[in-house]
Amino acid sequence: MKNITTKNPWVAPVIVRHASSGMNKFGGVRDAQFRDEIAGVSIAELVEKYGSPLFVLSEEHLRQSVRRINRAFTTRYAKVRQAWSYKTNYINAVSAILHQEGCDAEVVSEFEYDKARRLGVPASRIFFNGPYKSRGALTKAVSEGARIHVDHLDELALLEEVAAELGILNFPITIRLNFDTGFAENWGRFGFNLENGQAMEAARRIAASPNLKLTGLHNHIGTFITDPRAYTAQVGIMINFMNNVEAATDCTITTLDIGGGFASRNAMQGVYLPPEQITPTAEQYAEAICGALAIGLKDREQHGKPLPELVLETGRAVVDEAEWLISSVVANKRLPTGQRAMVLDAGVNILFTAFWYNHEVRPARPVEGIPEDTVLYGPLCMNIDVVRQSVSLPPLKTGDLLSFWPVGAYNNTQWMQFIQLRPAVVMVRQNGQVDVVRRAETLDDVEEPERLPADLQPDFS
Amino acid sequence: MKNTLLASKRLALSESGFVFDPVSGQSFSVNESGLVFLRLAQHEDDLDKLTTQLVEQFDASSVEIKRDVQDFINRLQGFLK
Repeated sequence: MKNITTKNPWVAPVIVRHASSGMNKFGGVRDAQFRDEIAGVSIAELVEKYGSPLFVLSEEHLRQSVRRINRAFTTRYAKVRQAWSYKTNYINAVSAILHQEGCDAEVVSEFEYDKARRLGVPASRIFFNGPYKSRGALTKAVSEGARIHVDHLDELALLEEVAAELGILNFPITIRLNFDTGFAENWGRFGFNLENGQAMEAARRIAASPNLKLTGLHNHIGTFITDPRAYTAQVGIMINFMNNVEAATDCTITTLDIGGGFASRNAMQGVYLPPEQITPTAEQYAEAICGALAIGLKDREQHGKPLPELVLETGRAVVDEAEWLISSVVANKRLPTGQRAMVLDAGVNILFTAFWYNHEVRPARPVEGIPEDTVLYGPLCMNIDVVRQSVSLPPLKTGDLLSFWPVGAYNNTQWMQFIQLRPAVVMVRQNGQVDVVRRAETLDDVEEPERLPADLQPDFS
Repeated sequence: MKNTLLASKRLALSESGFVFDPVSGQSFSVNESGLVFLRLAQHEDDLDKLTTQLVEQFDASSVEIKRDVQDFINRLQGFLK
């Protein structure tokens, strides 16, 4: 039976100095509310059952997200393939859902290639990208019929050798291009440069090889691109090069892979406007890309050439908003500067994106009290372990839960076991059931690959 | 800490939690428990007795209240220098 008390509930005393400053003409207050559930499941119950910190995925959000992008593009262009960018979040349950939704796989290492194959993805539906593919990896990918994106001349030479060794003629390949769109900074480190003629040289070399055949062009203009016009420029340049390379080498391009880079509704640090105002919708990206395709390809079929497939290497825009991180307050502190600080049980080792995003941070219960500027530290004994430099939060007690969102992109792949073990990842299924899709790490997991020479065993007897 | 408690006596308090410091000219907002604390501090210099009064009024352990009061006084100290 609950104790009945006539006393008032205690909320930690707070005093805030009134300060005059420039008006916020946008008037928006983020992070002011609370979130006590994810996809209909109580956050408190999730933590009680699976521990804290805890990553929580929503199957419903993930499926809706990929379907929306697919719909936006397939209603505007006839041939569209979404290739799920494995490096964004390669937890099997995530990849499996996206493959169920019709996505191919875009992988950038042999490890990711093997992961996709183990999940049952046919090699013909794997786009093998990235700047390093070993001879062994290429041999496997070529013999299995994967779609290979060539990054540099050395790889081209190696690929030619591999195809020749396997006795394969006219193996279809894609070359990676880099060029200046006039919008995002050119990522010149990937692929062959278009402006200085490297790309055309590579195409000529492929045309001269009996073992290889150029059928695809790829370009990735950058990451978190918030201006869809950058893609309009990209597609225009790629189509222009396609026409030139077909004329120069008598090849037929059947694939235009425009890479990824679509933004999510995450708040980039240093960006003034909130993500709700700067993040384009899937439809806006699709309009910019497919509009450029319609203009650039309008006479193509009349000239006896097929419409190329449009390939999207979607990652962040698909998964970021489908995952939350739940963390507990373990301590309240007052810094010498007067700023309030909290220590949480989740640090930058598992929330890597805290280095460049200001995530939405919400308490898991309604909290009374005056919000105060707060710095959120993780549990690592490292000065860099700051998961949020400044956020306005009401008074919270130890044990209170906070949710961070969106965290679906890059955290479950770039996270590291450092000082702390990595927590569990659960998924709220569409039927409301909760499945553990990656259990919490244990000391055994970390020590299993280690070998301690017998004579180094310490003796404290 | 004692000095901060003494300095807090100069603050003008309103019912709504608006606080004015006539020495610095600065104004502040406090929440309900902050206001109760400052009211008590107008007449009580002994922190232990002050905390005991809070424990009698509010539903929390004396450990929790002492900890939060400590934090509040530290914050106050920065403002009333």
